[in-house]
Amino acid sequence: MTSSRTPLSQPRLRRRLCWLLLLLCLLGLIPIQRSIDLRTGSDRGVAEVLFLPSGKFLRPLCLGYEGLFAEIYWTRVVQYFGRKRLANSTEFKLLGPLLQITTDLDPHLPIAYHFGSIFLAEKPPRGAGQPLEALALLYRGIVANPDHWRLWEDVGFIYYWDLKDYAAAARAFQTGSERPGAMQWMRAMAAKVAAQGGQLATSRFLWSEIARQAANEQIRKNAQDHLIALDAEEEMTKLGELVALYNSRQGRPARSLQALVVAGYLRALPRDPSGAPYILDAGGRVSLNPRSSIDLNLMQ
Amino acid sequence: MLALETIDLTKEYRLGFWRNRAKRALDRLNLRVEAGEVFGLLGPNGAGKTSTLKLLFRLIFPTSGSARILGKQLDDISVRFRVAYLPENPAFYEHLTAQEFLNYVASLFGLSAVERRRRVGELIDQLGLFASRNVPLRRFSKGMIQRLGIAQALINDPDVLFLDEPMSGLDPLGRREVREVILRLKERQKTVFFSTHILADAETLCDRVAVLHHGRLQGCGELNSILCLGVSTTEFVLEGPSPEVMTELAAYASSVIRTGERVRFEIPEESNIQVALEIILRRKTKLISVNPVKRSLEDYFLQKVGASEASQETASAYGWS
Amino acid sequence: MRVATIAFHTFKESVRQKVLYNLMAFALLLIGAAILVGSISVGVEQIILITLGLTSISVFGLLISIFIGIDLVSKEIERRTIYNILSKPVSRPEFILGKYLGLLLTLLVNTAVMTAGFYGALFYQKHALGLGDFVFLGAVYFILLQLAIVVGIALVFSCISTPVLSAVYTFCLYVIGNFTPDLRAFGQEAHSALLGTVSDILYYLLPNFGNFNVISQVAHAQKIPGYLWVGNSLYALLYMTILLGMAVLVFEEREFR
Repeated sequence: MTSSRTPLSQPRLRRRLCWLLLLLCLLGLIPIQRSIDLRTGSDRGVAEVLFLPSGKFLRPLCLGYEGLFAEIYWTRVVQYFGRKRLANSTEFKLLGPLLQITTDLDPHLPIAYHFGSIFLAEKPPRGAGQPLEALALLYRGIVANPDHWRLWEDVGFIYYWDLKDYAAAARAFQTGSERPGAMQWMRAMAAKVAAQGGQLATSRFLWSEIARQAANEQIRKNAQDHLIALDAEEEMTKLGELVALYNSRQGRPARSLQALVVAGYLRALPRDPSGAPYILDAGGRVSLNPRSSIDLNLMQ
Repeated sequence: MLALETIDLTKEYRLGFWRNRAKRALDRLNLRVEAGEVFGLLGPNGAGKTSTLKLLFRLIFPTSGSARILGKQLDDISVRFRVAYLPENPAFYEHLTAQEFLNYVASLFGLSAVERRRRVGELIDQLGLFASRNVPLRRFSKGMIQRLGIAQALINDPDVLFLDEPMSGLDPLGRREVREVILRLKERQKTVFFSTHILADAETLCDRVAVLHHGRLQGCGELNSILCLGVSTTEFVLEGPSPEVMTELAAYASSVIRTGERVRFEIPEESNIQVALEIILRRKTKLISVNPVKRSLEDYFLQKVGASEASQETASAYGWS
Repeated sequence: MRVATIAFHTFKESVRQKVLYNLMAFALLLIGAAILVGSISVGVEQIILITLGLTSISVFGLLISIFIGIDLVSKEIERRTIYNILSKPVSRPEFILGKYLGLLLTLLVNTAVMTAGFYGALFYQKHALGLGDFVFLGAVYFILLQLAIVVGIALVFSCISTPVLSAVYTFCLYVIGNFTPDLRAFGQEAHSALLGTVSDILYYLLPNFGNFNVISQVAHAQKIPGYLWVGNSLYALLYMTILLGMAVLVFEEREFR
């Protein structure tokens, strides 16, 4: 009785079944992992930063790969922030520590300072609402990168927008304008801020600059939202003046903007930058349509 | 019941980086080994003897063909309870002592603690390992390792033993010990299958032999019949023969070898013996000895191997490997 | 049972290896050093001791796993002691399983010794041990689960590669396995759907050692959440099965020339 044996030690079918079984086990890992991830919450990987005294503590452990670890932490910053925003969270406890560690590991990451200053300073739910922390971060960045004049721009911006300290903002722009390579408009900005701090035009210019240079989608979007809010604010002011004119001419308050259209003060029902029409609220003031996606809280 | 049966057992290795060259270590081996006999697998180095044994114990897998041990297929683990294997130049766990090692092997067979103690003790005594039973194996000499190897092979009292070059590297004392073990096993009607390239060992021990060369079976048969095959020759040893005697005898001789004063003639054909004797006596030459020359295993071997070499060369000439 | 015999034999062989004692001595030294370091900075002595102590157990456990794991099978093949074992009534899967369990046993004993040292140091520092200190056993359990996976990885490599390469690959996989969430994040930030998918697949395929790291938590007196006990145990069990299965399937086809 002759039987030809296959070169394999075990029948092919059995082996194929075994590999298939292993594959199934591998797939079985997915629900377990997802369940763990879900319960732990997404802050699992980063929550430890609360326990680290500082990034300097971490440096020696990096065994020379601080740059790589800084990259890792930077990615964690972006992910953490994006997650929090997506969940409409109002607190960003770990943002500060994460940024601190990132910049401790690599003090020459300009994007970290820029991003950090914007979103640390912004009020919740858009940011951590910690302008002083943001300033501290920027000052550390300036110490490590004295030639990076844009950091002064960020400092000026925080004083201008978040702290409403126009004098300090002007000083910051001035100092920045004196750095080698600084663009001309920094000096003009210093003057403008000193003279017309708080004016819409000034604010719009600053936010446009940020949107223009944005190296990061989140920063750009944030700046755009601000610009849209500024535009809406401006339009609403103008509309308000028009409404006041109408009221004084007609002798009675307009009940809706449609009236102004009918009376010829407006060509058509005005819409805000997001496309929703403006309305007159119960008190006769121009305000945003409830359906509008513009967030005027940004103007605070 | 056949202790071992191989049917067209073939092993081909693929060599070369692209696995495009094939080397046949074993080519359609067909063997039958009866229970109770001592069977020798002979062949020069590289003939495929070790490959055969490794195939039987599934250390390597056949390219084609099959084999049965005690009627069971090779992948049947249960047959391992009744057989044993001793590889060439065996390696055992160096950090264990002889006793610990044998105990370990015994436990792999599932023997109870009591049985283990008894069996291990028996084998240690039988194979003269008592003095070194607590010595770590790394300090064992070659002969002691070989003895230990046989001890571990006998733990399960196997019906069939497979030994790969059991005498290799042993001194004459060691070889005699191994020979005696094999003979004792034969008395107990165990089957012993061993491979060797030392023909003298096979001559004294084997009932049947098979000759392997270049992976092919060159011949197989009973030792007696092999040794009686062919023409019998007679050997005459003379001292100081005269040139005339030399010339006369040379006519009948198949070989003439001179060593100093002595000359050895091989005269084939029984009929010529009388003629040779007459010549020797007539010339009053000093006759040292007359002996029949039995064809030796070496002759058989050389003939088979020689033939195989020739056919191998032919095959190479035609481009077959 | 044959598997138990092989496992116990593997354990005894591992225990006799000198590298084990060197590593353990180092670990205990480190734990002792942790006490010293802790006494330097006031108020955080306990945190430092626990963090450094548990990290030592983890790191040295890792080193032991790698050093002994890579030899597990390749040494037997290289020294040809495997010819003997496989000619006995031992199937190849039994052999692999026995080797694996033996090494797990070694790890268990080692970790137990180091944990005892750790608790000794803790006692020395606090002058008393309370019920709350049991939580560290949980961290040690998770470390053991991690190491069981690492040993499995070393075992698979031991069947297909040389010891040096096995050590390198196993170590690399361990490092990568600790950064799998970041790997996934990199992929997702890369603005490429393909990279995103690939990094997702890798995330679920690679061993996520981060799951098992609760050292910072227990150092800061936080409890280990219940779902983590179940989740990690299941994950580890499944992964060990996969690795063992792979090792067996690869080993079954191995020829010993």
